[in-house]
Amino acid sequence: MRTFSSGLPLPSAAAAEEQDWESDDVTDSEESVYSGLEDSGSDSSTEEEEEDANDQCVEKKVKDASHSEKMRAGATSQKKEQLHHKKRSSKPLLVSSEPQQLPTENEYAEDSSDEEDIRNTVGNIPMEWYQDFPHVGYDLEGKRIYKPIRSLDELDKFLDKMENPDYWRTVRDKMTGADVKLTDEQVELVQRLQRGQFGDVRFNPYEPAVDFFSHEVMIHPVTNRPADKRSFIPSLIEKEKVSKMVHAIKMGWIQPRKPKEDVPSFYDLWAQEDPNSVLGRHKMHVPAPKLRLPGHEESYNPPPEYLLSEEERLAWEQQEPAERKLNFVPQRFGCLRAVPAYTRFIHERFERCLDLYLCPRQRKMRVNVDPEDLIPKLPKPRDLQPFPTTQALVYRGHGSLVRCLSVSPSGQWLVSGSDDGTVRFWEVCTARCMKTLPVGGAVKSVAWNPNPAVCLVAVCAEQAVLLVNPCLGDKLLYGATDQLLDAYVPPEEERLQPVQWVAATAEEHARGVRLVVQHGKAVKQVTWHGKGDYFASVLPDNGHMQVLIHQASKRWSQSPFRKSKGQVQCVLFHPTRPFFLVATQRFVRVYNLLKQELTKKLTANCKWVSSLAIHPRGDNVICGSYDSKLTWFDMDLSTKPYKVLRHHRKALRAVAFHKHYPLFASGSDDGTVIVCHGMVYNDLLQNPLLVPVKVLKGHALTQDLGVLDVAFHPTQPWLFSAGADATVRLYT
Amino acid sequence: MGGLEKKKYERGSATNYITRNKARKKLQLSLADFRRLCILKGVYPHEPKHKKKVNKGSTAARTFYLLKDIKFLLHEPIINKFRDYKVFVRKLRKAYGKSEWNTVERLKDNKPSYKLDHIVKERYPTFIDALRDLDDVLSMCFLFATFPRTGKCHVQTIQLCRRLTVEFLNYVIASRCLRKVFLSIKGIYYQAEVMGQLITWITPYAFAHDHPTDVDYRVMATFTEFYTTLLGFVNFRLYQSLNLHYPPKIEGQAEVELKPKEGEAYALNSESYMEKLSALSASLARVVAPNLEDEVEIDEFPVDGESAEHEEARRKEQESLEKQKKLFEGLRFFLNREVPREPLAFIIRCFGGEVSWDKSVCIGATYDVTDPTITHQIVDRPNLEKQVISRYYLQPQWVFDSVNAKMCLPVADYFPGVLLPPHLSPFVTEKDGDYIPPEKLKLLALQRGENPESAFSGNTASLPFTEEEEEEEEEEEGGEEDDDGSEEEDDSEKEEEEKLKRMEEQKTQGKKLPVKVTVGTVRLEDKQRRVQEEQNEEKRLAIMMMKKKEKYLYQKIMFGKKRKVREANKLAEKRKAHDATLKLEKKKTKKARRE
Repeated sequence: MRTFSSGLPLPSAAAAEEQDWESDDVTDSEESVYSGLEDSGSDSSTEEEEEDANDQCVEKKVKDASHSEKMRAGATSQKKEQLHHKKRSSKPLLVSSEPQQLPTENEYAEDSSDEEDIRNTVGNIPMEWYQDFPHVGYDLEGKRIYKPIRSLDELDKFLDKMENPDYWRTVRDKMTGADVKLTDEQVELVQRLQRGQFGDVRFNPYEPAVDFFSHEVMIHPVTNRPADKRSFIPSLIEKEKVSKMVHAIKMGWIQPRKPKEDVPSFYDLWAQEDPNSVLGRHKMHVPAPKLRLPGHEESYNPPPEYLLSEEERLAWEQQEPAERKLNFVPQRFGCLRAVPAYTRFIHERFERCLDLYLCPRQRKMRVNVDPEDLIPKLPKPRDLQPFPTTQALVYRGHGSLVRCLSVSPSGQWLVSGSDDGTVRFWEVCTARCMKTLPVGGAVKSVAWNPNPAVCLVAVCAEQAVLLVNPCLGDKLLYGATDQLLDAYVPPEEERLQPVQWVAATAEEHARGVRLVVQHGKAVKQVTWHGKGDYFASVLPDNGHMQVLIHQASKRWSQSPFRKSKGQVQCVLFHPTRPFFLVATQRFVRVYNLLKQELTKKLTANCKWVSSLAIHPRGDNVICGSYDSKLTWFDMDLSTKPYKVLRHHRKALRAVAFHKHYPLFASGSDDGTVIVCHGMVYNDLLQNPLLVPVKVLKGHALTQDLGVLDVAFHPTQPWLFSAGADATVRLYT
Repeated sequence: MGGLEKKKYERGSATNYITRNKARKKLQLSLADFRRLCILKGVYPHEPKHKKKVNKGSTAARTFYLLKDIKFLLHEPIINKFRDYKVFVRKLRKAYGKSEWNTVERLKDNKPSYKLDHIVKERYPTFIDALRDLDDVLSMCFLFATFPRTGKCHVQTIQLCRRLTVEFLNYVIASRCLRKVFLSIKGIYYQAEVMGQLITWITPYAFAHDHPTDVDYRVMATFTEFYTTLLGFVNFRLYQSLNLHYPPKIEGQAEVELKPKEGEAYALNSESYMEKLSALSASLARVVAPNLEDEVEIDEFPVDGESAEHEEARRKEQESLEKQKKLFEGLRFFLNREVPREPLAFIIRCFGGEVSWDKSVCIGATYDVTDPTITHQIVDRPNLEKQVISRYYLQPQWVFDSVNAKMCLPVADYFPGVLLPPHLSPFVTEKDGDYIPPEKLKLLALQRGENPESAFSGNTASLPFTEEEEEEEEEEEGGEEDDDGSEEEDDSEKEEEEKLKRMEEQKTQGKKLPVKVTVGTVRLEDKQRRVQEEQNEEKRLAIMMMKKKEKYLYQKIMFGKKRKVREANKLAEKRKAHDATLKLEKKKTKKARRE
């Protein structure tokens, strides 16, 4: 059977079977008895059941069944297949186990219960039980049927295979152990079965269907079987069932199905509505916002300006769907019949549904502020006059950016230093350049001596600080200054100084230079003490020698600090008290020069301090930084800034206080100077009032630099600014 | 420190919220059932104010429900129905598997079902609440009513949706409460004012949908389940308020008449009634016959000052509303077959017009094309073979625009084949500073009655020529209106001054006379400008002194304002460019014609 199902051609299968006789025998017989049902499919299984049933009930059939079983046991696997097939097709089987009676048998040959397989009487037993015996069973007389003598060795088998033309159609009968040569009909039957065809040649599987149970009433009954007896005797079982039901109904256990209630599906639900009842559950209910109503752009025929231009459409397509302002492309149709269905209609409804049940809701307070209310109410700038408002004069002459400027204490003269290596002296009122002093290097800082009795300017030129007598103004005055400088008597014992004081050469002297303080390193800034004798210089260095304090009259210098506290940006003398302010990158330290100690450390709250200015009263300090912040410190109040002003858009370069008026100014890289009103009250409880009053523009931006230095006129509300466009400007 | 240790997240907002999964577990529901329940009960997630606190310190994205909401769901009887249904499905499957057909039938007979009445009442304690939420309900029902009767969702649902929407439309017609309509590219928007509530809904254009695959129809069906219940109750109440029969009955016709005659088998009896209703051509029967004389007049109370003005305004509004309600009264429309019948019939009937259509288009046609009393025929094809002199042939947009304008617009712009004027959205109310399209300005002027020259009773034959000229005139007007910016005026004045100056200079060069007059005027203007500038600078300086937070807010607000202005300017510019090109083209064609 297994070989058949695997689809091998018959001859080889038969040969194979013959070759391993012993083992195959075992398995085959096993299958035939125990697992034959499974193998032969559903048909045979039902047949088997039938047989079982028959065994139990009808005695007459026993023989028949046993016969068929015997048949199966006796037959080879092929035969078994035939048998099944015969049953299935309910046609007479052509092939029986006995080759002699095979083809000519009529259909009752098999069915006859009297005829049994008379050759072997062992019955339907596994044939391997006789494996070890010389015989395979017993014949009718009870004599042993001996197995045919098999002395064939491999060679004989081979020869047999080669010589016997019928070798391929020879199979062994397990019952008798004899070789059986299959007839042509049998071979054909096997081949047909292998091809999956019906065993019977005459059987037509495609016969026209006869609609047997049709609507037409036939004159003949379908079956002629007389009615059963039970059909006209009342059933006891049914009676029992019915009586049970009757009892159950009586007892009320079984009830009829309730009729479907016929309530109108819609009625006046709000007949008694309670307007005070809160929405079912709680007060946190957030009603879903309604959908936005469509605008003109959604019209099928919108005004032309609402249609997207080509670029807008491209931009729309490239945007993420969530980012788009419109979720559709405005389109124009000439008439209503041309308007197509909107493809995303269902999508949009669905999204709305999702929003309704899936989207977290939150009550949001919308800020409804009039922006005008946010603007602080400040005193009007007009009420805070005077302050510089317009550009009055432009001092032209420098060849490169003007880095620094300073005004003489009298307010008549102005000095400016530039990157072109010159220092120029100007008359303030006329913008006339009175004097040009080449110093041979970029001028980083200039400072006019604040003492009105002295006419002296300190100039930073490369590695030296020059003390210059500009010889301007009152002759007596500058003469006196010269005398003052000449009155220097060198001390008896040479003191070790960090710098060298050198008197100017004759040529320099003629130009106005009086003293040269050689620092050995580039000097960044110079600033005078209010009395006009001391001045301080800053060197961009890392050591402790960053700040030096010099005394002009004694030509004496000292380094006040023993330790470096970071890179010093600028220094400043306190106008009234013996304080000295040193600005490093982030902090401004206030030292008491008399006590030689640190009194305060102001935190500037910025990244990099650029400039420093102190209120003439001495209590307030402003500090400009490169991160475009201006910080105002009230030194009595705190070491933190009282206010941080972010007026400029770019880095601050310079800040300045006016000496008399409550004004301060800041110059920045964005080319503007902002003048602020900074009123400091005598009453300590009242905070300073800071009001920006004017934005002064005028300097052109060059190399990303705008205003580099600012200074107020000492007496007038005027402001000077030095810019990167090589000009100095005066605003009045 | 004594006392118990305070544990984190055991009080405050953390205890007020519950995550979705926890809620699901608490309710012992599957996700699908939970979703259904949330949809039906109107429970939605809340966004907590401090998400991290609620989320017990984690920042993972989670949806939170209010714990109160979930506790409220716990007592919902529908949950039990869900469970019953689950059991039912299990039993049914088992019975099928065993081929126990009797059991299957019995089970199917006893299929657990639930009603949503109590939920509707609970979600909308008052009728007005329900009306307020009707937007989505109507849009959804109208969409479902257009679905094909196969697949996607139950046929009963679709039929119910159709029935309810038709009922609602009939109510709107009966109460004449339609206010605005809008033909958008998405569909047709309608806005009705029902008992003081504005209800807006959208209906898709009548085409087959190509059903998207990425849409969960179960969700939509659940929503629709609730919406149909709600809409049914609302309809009932609305009909009751107008003394109409519910379910609606068509006026004047006995049941016998409604039944189709033997020869013209149109549909099943049950269906034909529905079809007639949905034709929207017949008015509904009332329980009590309405008294025509019985209009309520508002009593006038003696009022003073401001409230008198208010009263006046209100009365005017009331009058205009009454007028709008009778917009199409006395007009007889005929809809051609290419015109969408239902929306137009609905709109025309809402404003008192009579409407009919070809008999073969739909049931319910009341008169024929040949009827001589027809005043307007709505046509949407470029040309007509034969026209009747006594009626206007108009494109459908005329109806929509007229409704929105609350007046019958001049018909000249809407003749068949004519380039239609833009169709504007009636939902936009422009505030000052917003861009107003010139068409809207024209319309406003027309509403004020400023443009009496409109050819309302114009002759069709002579129109094509006069029309162009009119358009041109209008365009020119529009152009002048457009460039009335103050700056430009200033500029032009300046230019004139400069011209004058130059001329004077040329004159005076020879004579060397001192210049007087022009200098004076310049100074005068400068003064104004200086004041302006000063104020501007003051403001700028004050802005500099703002605190960081306020400055940020201020800048945000100003940015928004500026963006608005920018957008308005952009639109105006686009319009200008468009008009210019149009004019050029027109000139060219004219020249070509002359040559």
